[in-house]
Amino acid sequence: MARKVLTLAEVRDGSLRNVSFEAIAAAKTIAEGGEVVAALVGDQVQAHANELIFRGADRVVVVEHPNLKFYTSDGYSQALKAVIDKEQPEAIVFGHTALGKDLSPKLAVKLDAGLVSDVVAVEEVGGNIVFTRPIYSGKAFEKKIVTDGIMFVTVRPNNIASLERDESRSGSVESLAVEIKDLRAIVKEVVRKTAEGVDLTEAKVIVAGGRGVKSAEGFKPLQELAEVLGGAVGASRGACDAGYCDYSLQIGQTGKVVTPDLYIACGISGAIQHLAGMSNSKVIVAINKDPEANIFKVADYGIVGDLFEVVPLLTEEFKKLKVHS
Amino acid sequence: MNIFVLMKRTFDTEEKITINNGKINEEGAEFIINPYDEYAIEEAIQVRDKHGGEVTVVTVGSEEAEKELRTALAMGCDKAVLINIEDDVEEQDQYTTAKVLAEYLKDKNPDLILAGNVAIDGGSGQVGPRVAELLGIPYVTTITKLDIADGGKVTVVRDVEGDEEVIETSLPLLVTAQQGLNEPRYPSLPGIMKAKKKPLDELELDDLDLDEDDVEAKTKTIEVFLPPKREAGKILQGEIADQVKELVGLLRSEAKVV
Repeated sequence: MARKVLTLAEVRDGSLRNVSFEAIAAAKTIAEGGEVVAALVGDQVQAHANELIFRGADRVVVVEHPNLKFYTSDGYSQALKAVIDKEQPEAIVFGHTALGKDLSPKLAVKLDAGLVSDVVAVEEVGGNIVFTRPIYSGKAFEKKIVTDGIMFVTVRPNNIASLERDESRSGSVESLAVEIKDLRAIVKEVVRKTAEGVDLTEAKVIVAGGRGVKSAEGFKPLQELAEVLGGAVGASRGACDAGYCDYSLQIGQTGKVVTPDLYIACGISGAIQHLAGMSNSKVIVAINKDPEANIFKVADYGIVGDLFEVVPLLTEEFKKLKVHS
Repeated sequence: MNIFVLMKRTFDTEEKITINNGKINEEGAEFIINPYDEYAIEEAIQVRDKHGGEVTVVTVGSEEAEKELRTALAMGCDKAVLINIEDDVEEQDQYTTAKVLAEYLKDKNPDLILAGNVAIDGGSGQVGPRVAELLGIPYVTTITKLDIADGGKVTVVRDVEGDEEVIETSLPLLVTAQQGLNEPRYPSLPGIMKAKKKPLDELELDDLDLDEDDVEAKTKTIEVFLPPKREAGKILQGEIADQVKELVGLLRSEAKVV
Protein backbone atom coordinates (compact mmCIF):
# COMPACT_ATOMS: atom_id res chain seq x y z
CA MET A 1 0.00 0.00 0.00
CA ALA A 2 1.64 3.17 -1.16
CA ARG A 3 1.88 5.87 1.49
CA LYS A 4 3.01 9.46 1.50
CA VAL A 5 5.78 9.80 4.09
CA LEU A 6 7.30 12.95 5.55
CA THR A 7 10.77 13.13 7.09
CA LEU A 8 12.33 15.94 9.06
CA ALA A 9 15.85 16.83 7.94
CA GLU A 10 18.22 18.13 10.58
CA VAL A 11 21.08 20.56 10.07
CA ARG A 12 23.85 20.66 12.64
CA ASP A 13 26.98 22.80 12.42
CA GLY A 14 26.07 23.86 8.92
CA SER A 15 25.57 20.42 7.42
CA LEU A 16 22.83 17.85 7.17
CA ARG A 17 23.12 15.05 9.70
CA ASN A 18 23.64 11.50 8.45
CA VAL A 19 20.60 10.37 10.41
CA SER A 20 18.47 12.56 8.14
CA PHE A 21 19.58 10.44 5.17
CA GLU A 22 18.87 7.29 7.16
CA ALA A 23 15.40 8.67 7.94
CA ILE A 24 14.80 9.10 4.20
CA ALA A 25 15.79 5.45 3.64
CA ALA A 26 13.39 4.36 6.41
CA ALA A 27 10.69 6.55 4.89
CA LYS A 28 11.17 4.81 1.51
CA THR A 29 10.51 1.44 3.11
CA ILE A 30 7.41 2.74 4.87
CA ALA A 31 6.20 4.51 1.70
CA GLU A 32 6.05 1.22 -0.28
CA GLY A 33 6.33 3.11 -3.54
CA GLY A 34 4.59 6.27 -2.30
CA GLU A 35 6.10 9.72 -2.20
CA VAL A 36 8.81 10.71 0.31
CA VAL A 37 8.78 14.40 1.19
CA ALA A 38 11.56 15.92 3.28
CA ALA A 39 10.83 18.92 5.48
CA LEU A 40 13.80 21.23 5.89
CA VAL A 41 13.29 23.57 8.81
CA GLY A 42 15.56 26.30 10.19
CA ASP A 43 17.04 29.69 9.51
CA GLN A 44 18.70 29.89 6.09
CA VAL A 45 18.80 26.19 5.31
CA GLN A 46 17.50 26.21 1.74
CA ALA A 47 20.96 25.43 0.35
CA HIS A 48 20.70 21.88 1.69
CA ALA A 49 17.49 21.05 -0.17
CA ASN A 50 19.09 19.47 -3.25
CA GLU A 51 21.23 17.17 -1.17
CA LEU A 52 18.04 15.69 0.30
CA ILE A 53 16.83 14.93 -3.22
CA PHE A 54 20.18 13.27 -4.06
CA ARG A 55 19.72 11.15 -0.94
CA GLY A 56 16.32 9.86 -1.98
CA ALA A 57 13.65 12.44 -1.14
CA ASP A 58 11.14 13.02 -3.95
CA ARG A 59 10.34 16.56 -2.88
CA VAL A 60 11.53 19.06 -0.30
CA VAL A 61 9.44 21.60 1.60
CA VAL A 62 11.51 24.35 3.19
CA VAL A 63 10.36 26.42 6.15
CA GLU A 64 12.72 29.26 7.03
CA HIS A 65 12.28 31.84 9.76
CA PRO A 66 14.70 33.78 12.01
CA ASN A 67 12.90 32.30 15.03
CA LEU A 68 13.97 28.85 13.85
CA LYS A 69 17.67 29.59 14.25
CA PHE A 70 17.73 27.57 17.47
CA TYR A 71 15.58 24.54 17.98
CA THR A 72 12.62 25.04 20.30
CA SER A 73 9.70 22.64 20.54
CA ASP A 74 7.23 25.50 20.07
CA GLY A 75 8.95 26.97 17.01
CA TYR A 76 9.71 23.71 15.24
CA SER A 77 6.29 22.23 15.96
CA GLN A 78 4.63 25.28 14.38
CA ALA A 79 6.80 24.87 11.29
CA LEU A 80 6.33 21.13 10.95
CA LYS A 81 2.63 21.24 11.77
CA ALA A 82 2.17 23.61 8.83
CA VAL A 83 4.00 21.15 6.55
CA ILE A 84 1.90 18.26 7.87
CA ASP A 85 -1.34 20.19 7.31
CA LYS A 86 -0.30 20.93 3.76
CA GLU A 87 1.06 17.50 2.85
CA GLN A 88 -1.25 15.22 4.88
CA PRO A 89 1.33 12.43 5.20
CA GLU A 90 0.45 8.98 6.51
CA ALA A 91 3.76 8.56 8.30
CA ILE A 92 6.45 10.89 9.68
CA VAL A 93 10.05 9.89 10.32
CA PHE A 94 12.46 11.77 12.61
CA GLY A 95 16.01 11.00 13.69
CA HIS A 96 16.19 9.73 17.26
CA THR A 97 18.32 12.74 18.15
CA ALA A 98 17.99 15.36 20.88
CA LEU A 99 15.75 17.28 18.48
CA GLY A 100 13.71 14.32 17.24
CA LYS A 101 13.17 12.94 20.74
CA ASP A 102 12.01 16.33 21.98
CA LEU A 103 9.78 17.27 19.07
CA SER A 104 8.10 14.03 17.95
CA PRO A 105 5.93 13.41 21.08
CA LYS A 106 4.53 16.95 20.88
CA LEU A 107 3.44 16.54 17.27
CA ALA A 108 2.13 13.04 17.96
CA VAL A 109 -0.18 14.58 20.58
CA LYS A 110 -1.28 17.31 18.18
CA LEU A 111 -2.27 14.61 15.69
CA ASP A 112 -3.65 12.23 18.34
CA ALA A 113 -1.17 9.60 17.21
CA GLY A 114 1.09 6.91 18.57
CA LEU A 115 4.86 7.09 18.25
CA VAL A 116 7.40 4.32 17.86
CA SER A 117 10.70 5.75 18.99
CA ASP A 118 14.33 4.63 18.74
CA VAL A 119 13.74 2.32 15.80
CA VAL A 120 16.72 0.31 14.51
CA ALA A 121 15.02 -1.55 11.64
CA VAL A 122 11.96 -1.09 9.42
CA GLU A 123 10.47 -3.84 7.28
CA GLU A 124 7.29 -4.67 5.45
CA VAL A 125 5.83 -7.97 6.62
CA GLY A 126 2.56 -9.25 5.18
CA GLY A 127 1.14 -5.79 4.57
CA ASN A 128 2.25 -4.40 7.91
CA ILE A 129 5.13 -2.03 8.51
CA VAL A 130 7.04 -3.58 11.38
CA PHE A 131 9.46 -1.57 13.51
CA THR A 132 12.22 -3.13 15.60
CA ARG A 133 13.47 -1.24 18.63
CA PRO A 134 15.70 -2.03 21.60
CA ILE A 135 14.17 -2.30 25.06
CA TYR A 136 15.64 -2.97 28.50
CA SER A 137 18.74 -0.94 27.71
CA GLY A 138 19.42 -2.90 24.55
CA LYS A 139 19.33 -6.29 26.25
CA ALA A 140 16.18 -7.23 24.35
CA PHE A 141 14.29 -6.07 21.27
CA GLU A 142 10.64 -5.66 20.42
CA LYS A 143 8.79 -5.53 17.12
CA LYS A 144 5.98 -3.02 16.97
CA ILE A 145 3.25 -2.02 14.59
CA VAL A 146 1.10 1.08 14.55
CA THR A 147 -2.54 0.10 14.99
CA ASP A 148 -4.28 3.45 14.64
CA GLY A 149 -3.62 6.86 13.10
CA ILE A 150 -0.52 8.41 11.55
CA MET A 151 2.73 6.49 12.00
CA PHE A 152 5.23 8.56 13.96
CA VAL A 153 8.71 7.09 14.06
CA THR A 154 12.15 8.13 15.29
CA VAL A 155 15.13 6.17 13.92
CA ARG A 156 18.30 5.58 15.88
CA PRO A 157 21.42 6.97 14.15
CA ASN A 158 23.82 4.49 12.51
CA ASN A 159 21.37 1.60 12.18
CA ILE A 160 19.41 1.99 8.95
CA ALA A 161 21.57 2.20 5.85
CA SER A 162 21.10 5.40 3.89
CA LEU A 163 20.48 5.18 0.15
CA GLU A 164 23.24 5.69 -2.32
CA ARG A 165 23.77 9.34 -3.16
CA ASP A 166 22.60 10.01 -6.69
CA GLU A 167 23.23 13.43 -8.21
CA SER A 168 21.12 12.64 -11.23
CA ARG A 169 17.96 12.62 -9.14
CA SER A 170 15.74 15.67 -9.33
CA GLY A 171 12.69 16.86 -7.47
CA SER A 172 10.87 20.03 -6.62
CA VAL A 173 11.92 22.29 -3.77
CA GLU A 174 9.25 24.61 -2.48
CA SER A 175 9.15 27.14 0.31
CA LEU A 176 6.35 27.35 2.79
CA ALA A 177 5.86 30.60 4.67
CA VAL A 178 4.94 30.00 8.30
CA GLU A 179 4.70 32.57 11.05
CA ILE A 180 6.73 31.36 14.02
CA LYS A 181 5.63 33.13 17.17
CA ASP A 182 4.84 32.93 20.87
CA LEU A 183 7.86 30.82 21.83
CA ARG A 184 7.47 29.92 25.49
CA ALA A 185 11.06 28.78 25.91
CA ILE A 186 13.95 30.77 24.45
CA VAL A 187 17.48 29.50 23.87
CA LYS A 188 19.76 32.12 25.41
CA GLU A 189 23.08 30.48 24.84
CA VAL A 190 24.63 27.32 23.44
CA VAL A 191 27.74 26.10 25.21
CA ARG A 192 29.86 23.80 23.05
CA LYS A 193 31.36 21.03 25.12
CA THR A 194 31.84 18.38 22.50
CA ALA A 195 34.50 18.41 19.84
CA GLU A 196 33.48 19.97 16.58
CA GLY A 197 32.22 17.57 13.97
CA VAL A 198 31.92 14.05 15.33
CA ASP A 199 28.87 13.31 17.44
CA LEU A 200 29.08 10.25 19.70
CA THR A 201 25.77 8.75 18.61
CA GLU A 202 26.61 9.13 14.94
CA ALA A 203 30.32 8.29 15.08
CA LYS A 204 31.46 5.33 12.99
CA VAL A 205 34.39 4.76 15.33
CA ILE A 206 34.44 5.29 19.09
CA VAL A 207 37.47 5.04 21.34
CA ALA A 208 36.26 4.79 24.94
CA GLY A 209 38.14 4.94 28.21
CA GLY A 210 37.33 3.56 31.64
CA ARG A 211 38.84 3.71 35.09
CA GLY A 212 42.03 2.25 33.63
CA VAL A 213 42.70 5.60 31.96
CA LYS A 214 43.53 6.85 35.47
CA SER A 215 43.28 10.62 34.89
CA ALA A 216 41.93 13.35 32.63
CA GLU A 217 45.41 13.49 31.09
CA GLY A 218 45.16 9.75 30.41
CA PHE A 219 42.47 10.38 27.79
CA LYS A 220 45.01 12.08 25.53
CA PRO A 221 46.27 8.95 23.76
CA LEU A 222 42.64 7.92 23.24
CA GLN A 223 41.88 11.27 21.64
CA GLU A 224 44.84 10.85 19.32
CA LEU A 225 43.65 7.41 18.26
CA ALA A 226 40.10 8.70 17.70
CA GLU A 227 41.46 11.54 15.62
CA VAL A 228 43.42 9.25 13.32
CA LEU A 229 40.31 7.13 12.81
CA GLY A 230 37.99 10.11 12.37
CA GLY A 231 36.06 8.95 15.40
CA ALA A 232 34.84 10.23 18.74
CA VAL A 233 35.94 9.65 22.34
CA GLY A 234 33.56 8.12 24.87
CA ALA A 235 33.84 6.95 28.46
CA SER A 236 32.45 4.52 30.99
CA ARG A 237 30.53 5.65 34.03
CA GLY A 238 33.55 4.77 36.17
CA ALA A 239 35.73 7.26 34.30
CA CYS A 240 33.06 9.97 34.56
CA ASP A 241 32.43 9.33 38.27
CA ALA A 242 36.16 9.54 38.90
CA GLY A 243 36.14 12.97 37.26
CA TYR A 244 38.44 12.02 34.36
CA CYS A 245 35.96 13.36 31.84
CA ASP A 246 32.61 15.04 31.40
CA TYR A 247 29.35 13.10 31.82
CA SER A 248 28.46 14.13 28.29
CA LEU A 249 30.89 11.41 27.14
CA GLN A 250 29.30 8.64 29.20
CA ILE A 251 28.19 5.54 27.34
CA GLY A 252 25.92 3.10 29.14
CA GLN A 253 22.55 2.40 30.64
CA THR A 254 22.64 5.93 31.98
CA GLY A 255 24.38 7.98 29.32
CA LYS A 256 24.47 7.45 25.60
CA VAL A 257 23.64 4.33 23.64
CA VAL A 258 25.93 3.93 20.66
CA THR A 259 26.20 1.54 17.73
CA PRO A 260 29.37 2.44 15.82
CA ASP A 261 31.08 0.19 13.28
CA LEU A 262 34.11 -0.04 15.55
CA TYR A 263 34.22 0.35 19.32
CA ILE A 264 37.60 0.32 21.02
CA ALA A 265 37.26 -0.11 24.80
CA CYS A 266 40.39 0.93 26.67
CA GLY A 267 40.77 0.14 30.34
CA ILE A 268 37.05 -0.61 30.64
CA SER A 269 36.10 -3.59 32.80
CA GLY A 270 32.76 -4.13 31.07
CA ALA A 271 30.17 -3.62 33.81
CA ILE A 272 26.61 -4.33 32.72
CA GLN A 273 25.90 -0.62 33.05
CA HIS A 274 28.45 0.04 30.31
CA LEU A 275 27.62 -2.94 28.08
CA ALA A 276 24.04 -1.69 27.87
CA GLY A 277 25.29 1.32 25.95
CA MET A 278 27.64 -0.30 23.47
CA SER A 279 27.13 -4.05 23.12
CA ASN A 280 25.29 -3.64 19.81
CA SER A 281 28.34 -2.06 18.18
CA LYS A 282 29.32 -3.90 15.02
CA VAL A 283 32.90 -4.71 16.01
CA ILE A 284 34.28 -4.42 19.54
CA VAL A 285 37.95 -4.30 20.45
CA ALA A 286 38.96 -4.58 24.11
CA ILE A 287 42.25 -3.47 25.56
CA ASN A 288 42.65 -4.30 29.24
CA LYS A 289 45.38 -5.40 31.63
CA ASP A 290 43.07 -7.86 33.35
CA PRO A 291 42.58 -10.99 31.24
CA GLU A 292 39.49 -11.83 33.32
CA ALA A 293 37.78 -8.49 32.54
CA ASN A 294 34.15 -8.91 31.50
CA ILE A 295 34.66 -6.77 28.42
CA PHE A 296 36.56 -9.63 26.72
CA LYS A 297 33.35 -11.68 26.76
CA VAL A 298 31.70 -9.32 24.29
CA ALA A 299 34.79 -8.26 22.35
CA ASP A 300 35.54 -9.54 18.86
CA TYR A 301 39.23 -8.89 19.36
CA GLY A 302 41.11 -8.48 22.60
CA ILE A 303 44.57 -7.41 23.60
CA VAL A 304 45.61 -8.14 27.17
CA GLY A 305 47.97 -5.31 27.97
CA ASP A 306 48.52 -1.82 29.27
CA LEU A 307 46.44 0.66 27.30
CA PHE A 308 49.19 3.27 27.63
CA GLU A 309 51.46 0.96 25.69
CA VAL A 310 48.88 -0.45 23.25
CA VAL A 311 46.92 2.67 22.27
CA PRO A 312 49.87 4.79 21.04
CA LEU A 313 51.13 1.80 19.04
CA LEU A 314 47.70 1.41 17.48
CA THR A 315 47.65 5.10 16.60
CA GLU A 316 51.04 4.73 14.88
CA GLU A 317 49.89 1.66 13.00
CA PHE A 318 46.73 3.38 11.73
CA LYS A 319 48.77 6.43 10.75
CA LYS A 320 50.98 4.21 8.59
CA LEU A 321 47.88 2.68 7.02
CA LYS A 322 46.60 6.15 6.16
CA VAL A 323 49.86 7.12 4.49
CA HIS A 324 49.83 3.94 2.42
CA SER A 325 46.24 4.13 1.26
CA MET B 1 4.61 25.71 44.79
CA ASN B 2 2.52 22.82 43.55
CA ILE B 3 5.01 20.22 42.32
CA PHE B 4 4.36 16.85 40.69
CA VAL B 5 6.77 14.07 39.81
CA LEU B 6 5.88 11.45 37.19
CA MET B 7 7.50 8.21 38.28
CA LYS B 8 7.83 4.78 36.72
CA ARG B 9 8.59 1.52 38.43
CA THR B 10 11.04 -0.30 36.19
CA PHE B 11 12.73 -3.63 35.86
CA ASP B 12 16.34 -3.23 36.94
CA THR B 13 18.01 -3.72 33.58
CA GLU B 14 21.26 -4.65 35.27
CA GLU B 15 19.48 -7.97 35.86
CA LYS B 16 19.75 -10.87 33.48
CA ILE B 17 16.94 -10.80 30.95
CA THR B 18 15.09 -13.91 29.81
CA ILE B 19 11.95 -14.40 27.76
CA ASN B 20 9.02 -16.54 28.77
CA ASN B 21 5.92 -16.99 26.57
CA GLY B 22 6.95 -14.12 24.35
CA LYS B 23 7.33 -11.71 27.26
CA ILE B 24 10.21 -10.51 29.38
CA ASN B 25 10.34 -12.79 32.39
CA GLU B 26 9.68 -10.69 35.47
CA GLU B 27 9.61 -13.54 37.96
CA GLY B 28 11.92 -12.85 40.86
CA ALA B 29 13.42 -9.81 39.12
CA GLU B 30 14.43 -6.72 41.02
CA PHE B 31 12.28 -3.63 40.45
CA ILE B 32 13.44 -0.10 41.09
CA ILE B 33 12.45 3.52 40.62
CA ASN B 34 13.52 4.37 37.08
CA PRO B 35 16.99 5.92 37.67
CA TYR B 36 16.16 9.09 35.70
CA ASP B 37 13.00 9.53 37.79
CA GLU B 38 15.17 9.52 40.91
CA TYR B 39 16.82 12.70 39.63
CA ALA B 40 13.35 14.16 39.10
CA ILE B 41 12.29 13.26 42.65
CA GLU B 42 15.46 14.72 44.15
CA GLU B 43 15.07 17.95 42.18
CA ALA B 44 11.41 18.26 43.20
CA ILE B 45 12.34 17.93 46.87
CA GLN B 46 15.09 20.54 46.52
CA VAL B 47 12.77 22.99 44.76
CA ARG B 48 10.13 22.54 47.47
CA ASP B 49 12.68 23.02 50.26
CA LYS B 50 13.78 26.28 48.65
CA HIS B 51 10.46 27.72 47.50
CA GLY B 52 7.93 25.97 49.73
CA GLY B 53 4.93 23.96 48.61
CA GLU B 54 4.23 20.31 48.21
CA VAL B 55 5.55 17.41 46.12
CA THR B 56 3.16 14.75 44.85
CA VAL B 57 4.65 11.70 43.18
CA VAL B 58 2.37 10.03 40.63
CA THR B 59 2.64 6.73 38.83
CA VAL B 60 0.53 4.77 36.37
CA GLY B 61 0.82 1.07 36.96
CA SER B 62 -0.19 -1.82 39.12
CA GLU B 63 -0.41 -2.33 42.87
CA GLU B 64 3.20 -3.43 42.98
CA ALA B 65 4.29 0.15 42.35
CA GLU B 66 3.31 0.98 45.92
CA LYS B 67 6.75 -0.06 47.07
CA GLU B 68 8.50 2.45 44.79
CA LEU B 69 6.00 5.17 45.74
CA ARG B 70 6.80 4.56 49.42
CA THR B 71 10.49 4.90 48.59
CA ALA B 72 9.77 8.26 46.94
CA LEU B 73 7.84 9.33 50.05
CA ALA B 74 10.75 8.19 52.19
CA MET B 75 13.10 10.34 50.10
CA GLY B 76 10.92 13.32 50.98
CA CYS B 77 7.88 13.58 48.68
CA ASP B 78 4.73 14.64 50.55
CA LYS B 79 2.03 12.63 48.83
CA ALA B 80 1.78 9.73 46.44
CA VAL B 81 -0.82 8.76 43.87
CA LEU B 82 -1.10 5.37 42.21
CA ILE B 83 -3.30 5.29 39.14
CA ASN B 84 -4.01 1.62 38.79
CA ILE B 85 -5.14 0.77 35.28
CA GLU B 86 -4.19 -2.88 35.41
CA ASP B 87 -7.75 -4.21 35.45
CA ASP B 88 -9.10 -1.76 32.89
CA VAL B 89 -6.49 -1.58 30.17
CA GLU B 90 -5.20 -4.53 28.22
CA GLU B 91 -2.83 -2.96 25.71
CA GLN B 92 -0.97 0.06 26.99
CA ASP B 93 1.51 2.33 25.27
CA GLN B 94 2.88 5.84 25.85
CA TYR B 95 -0.28 7.32 24.36
CA THR B 96 -2.23 5.56 27.12
CA THR B 97 0.07 6.53 29.98
CA ALA B 98 0.30 10.18 28.96
CA LYS B 99 -3.45 10.51 28.55
CA VAL B 100 -4.11 9.04 31.98
CA LEU B 101 -1.52 11.28 33.64
CA ALA B 102 -2.76 14.41 31.86
CA GLU B 103 -6.34 13.65 32.82
CA TYR B 104 -5.28 13.36 36.45
CA LEU B 105 -3.19 16.55 36.36
CA LYS B 106 -5.52 18.81 34.39
CA ASP B 107 -7.43 20.19 37.38
CA LYS B 108 -4.53 20.11 39.85
CA ASN B 109 -2.97 23.43 38.77
CA PRO B 110 0.61 22.20 38.74
CA ASP B 111 3.35 24.84 38.78
CA LEU B 112 6.12 22.40 38.02
CA ILE B 113 6.06 18.82 36.76
CA LEU B 114 9.23 16.72 36.72
CA ALA B 115 9.89 13.37 35.07
CA GLY B 116 12.83 11.28 34.00
CA ASN B 117 13.90 11.89 30.40
CA VAL B 118 13.55 8.22 29.56
CA ALA B 119 12.67 4.96 31.31
CA ILE B 120 15.37 2.33 31.12
CA ASP B 121 12.94 -0.50 30.33
CA GLY B 122 10.73 0.79 27.49
CA GLY B 123 13.19 3.50 26.49
CA SER B 124 10.65 5.60 24.61
CA GLY B 125 11.17 9.00 26.29
CA GLN B 126 7.75 10.18 25.17
CA VAL B 127 5.56 10.46 28.23
CA GLY B 128 6.93 13.72 29.68
CA PRO B 129 6.58 15.84 26.52
CA ARG B 130 3.24 14.22 25.72
CA VAL B 131 1.81 15.16 29.13
CA ALA B 132 3.03 18.76 28.79
CA GLU B 133 1.46 19.08 25.35
CA LEU B 134 -1.83 17.58 26.55
CA LEU B 135 -1.86 20.10 29.40
CA GLY B 136 -0.87 22.95 27.08
CA ILE B 137 2.24 23.91 29.05
CA PRO B 138 5.84 24.30 27.83
CA TYR B 139 8.46 21.63 28.46
CA VAL B 140 12.22 21.26 28.38
CA THR B 141 13.77 17.80 28.14
CA THR B 142 17.10 16.35 29.38
CA ILE B 143 17.84 19.15 31.84
CA THR B 144 20.98 19.27 33.98
CA LYS B 145 20.21 22.46 35.91
CA LEU B 146 17.04 24.16 37.08
CA ASP B 147 16.86 27.63 38.55
CA ILE B 148 13.56 29.23 39.51
CA ALA B 149 13.63 32.93 40.35
CA ASP B 150 11.00 34.61 42.51
CA GLY B 151 8.36 35.81 40.12
CA GLY B 152 8.33 32.61 38.12
CA LYS B 153 11.16 33.16 35.63
CA VAL B 154 12.93 29.87 35.05
CA THR B 155 16.42 29.27 33.70
CA VAL B 156 17.20 25.73 32.61
CA VAL B 157 20.36 24.15 31.32
CA ARG B 158 19.64 21.39 28.86
CA ASP B 159 21.96 18.63 27.66
CA VAL B 160 21.89 18.43 23.88
CA GLU B 161 23.99 15.44 22.88
CA GLY B 162 26.82 16.66 25.05
CA ASP B 163 26.49 20.38 24.40
CA GLU B 164 24.58 22.67 26.74
CA GLU B 165 21.73 25.00 25.97
CA VAL B 166 20.76 27.72 28.42
CA ILE B 167 17.02 28.19 28.15
CA GLU B 168 14.73 30.82 29.59
CA THR B 169 11.14 29.92 30.22
CA SER B 170 8.43 30.29 32.83
CA LEU B 171 6.03 28.40 35.08
CA PRO B 172 3.93 26.34 34.73
CA LEU B 173 6.49 24.03 33.18
CA LEU B 174 7.35 20.38 32.68
CA VAL B 175 10.98 19.28 32.68
CA THR B 176 12.61 15.89 32.19
CA ALA B 177 15.75 15.04 34.13
CA GLN B 178 19.08 14.06 32.66
CA GLN B 179 21.94 12.51 34.58
CA GLY B 180 24.03 15.21 36.22
CA LEU B 181 21.02 17.21 37.44
CA ASN B 182 21.74 16.25 41.07
CA GLU B 183 22.76 13.37 43.33
CA PRO B 184 19.59 11.61 44.45
CA ARG B 185 19.52 11.02 48.22
CA TYR B 186 18.98 7.67 49.85
CA PRO B 187 15.89 7.44 52.05
CA SER B 188 16.89 7.99 55.69
CA LEU B 189 15.57 5.80 58.48
CA PRO B 190 13.36 8.60 59.89
CA GLY B 191 12.28 9.23 56.29
CA ILE B 192 11.21 5.61 55.93
CA MET B 193 9.27 5.76 59.21
CA LYS B 194 7.53 8.99 58.17
CA ALA B 195 6.70 7.61 54.73
CA LYS B 196 4.47 4.97 56.26
CA LYS B 197 2.11 7.67 57.48
CA LYS B 198 2.12 9.84 54.38
CA PRO B 199 -0.95 9.71 52.12
CA LEU B 200 -0.90 7.25 49.22
CA ASP B 201 -4.07 7.44 47.16
CA GLU B 202 -5.11 4.86 44.67
CA LEU B 203 -7.23 5.83 41.66
CA GLU B 204 -8.69 3.90 38.76
CA LEU B 205 -9.77 4.98 35.27
CA ASP B 206 -13.33 5.50 36.53
CA ASP B 207 -12.14 8.09 39.05
CA LEU B 208 -10.72 10.10 36.15
CA ASP B 209 -13.90 9.79 34.09
CA LEU B 210 -12.02 7.82 31.49
CA ASP B 211 -12.92 4.54 29.92
CA GLU B 212 -10.72 2.09 28.11
CA ASP B 213 -11.55 3.43 24.66
CA ASP B 214 -10.30 6.91 25.58
CA VAL B 215 -6.84 5.59 26.30
CA GLU B 216 -6.59 2.77 23.79
CA ALA B 217 -3.02 2.22 22.66
CA LYS B 218 -2.06 3.38 19.15
CA THR B 219 0.77 0.89 18.80
CA LYS B 220 1.17 -2.78 19.54
CA THR B 221 4.09 -5.02 20.40
CA ILE B 222 3.95 -8.15 18.28
CA GLU B 223 7.19 -9.81 19.29
CA VAL B 224 9.88 -9.62 21.95
CA PHE B 225 13.24 -11.28 21.37
CA LEU B 226 16.78 -11.38 22.69
CA PRO B 227 19.69 -10.25 20.52
CA PRO B 228 21.97 -13.00 19.23
CA LYS B 229 24.46 -13.80 21.93
CA ARG B 230 27.83 -12.21 21.27
CA GLU B 231 30.45 -14.87 21.05
CA ALA B 232 33.62 -14.12 22.94
CA GLY B 233 36.15 -13.21 20.29
CA LYS B 234 39.79 -13.68 19.69
CA ILE B 235 42.34 -12.79 22.34
CA LEU B 236 45.55 -11.98 20.50
CA GLN B 237 48.86 -13.49 21.60
CA GLY B 238 52.52 -12.62 21.40
CA GLU B 239 54.51 -9.41 21.76
CA ILE B 240 52.33 -6.33 22.18
CA ALA B 241 53.78 -4.67 19.07
CA ASP B 242 52.93 -7.76 17.00
CA GLN B 243 49.46 -7.97 18.49
CA VAL B 244 48.81 -4.38 17.50
CA LYS B 245 49.92 -5.09 13.91
CA GLU B 246 47.76 -8.21 13.81
CA LEU B 247 44.76 -6.30 15.18
CA VAL B 248 45.00 -3.59 12.54
CA GLY B 249 45.26 -6.28 9.87
CA LEU B 250 42.19 -8.11 11.23
CA LEU B 251 40.14 -4.92 11.45
CA ARG B 252 41.02 -4.25 7.85
CA SER B 253 40.72 -7.61 6.17
CA GLU B 254 38.45 -9.69 8.40
CA ALA B 255 36.13 -7.18 10.12
CA LYS B 256 36.44 -4.62 7.30
CA VAL B 257 35.70 -1.65 9.53
CA VAL B 258 38.73 0.52 8.80
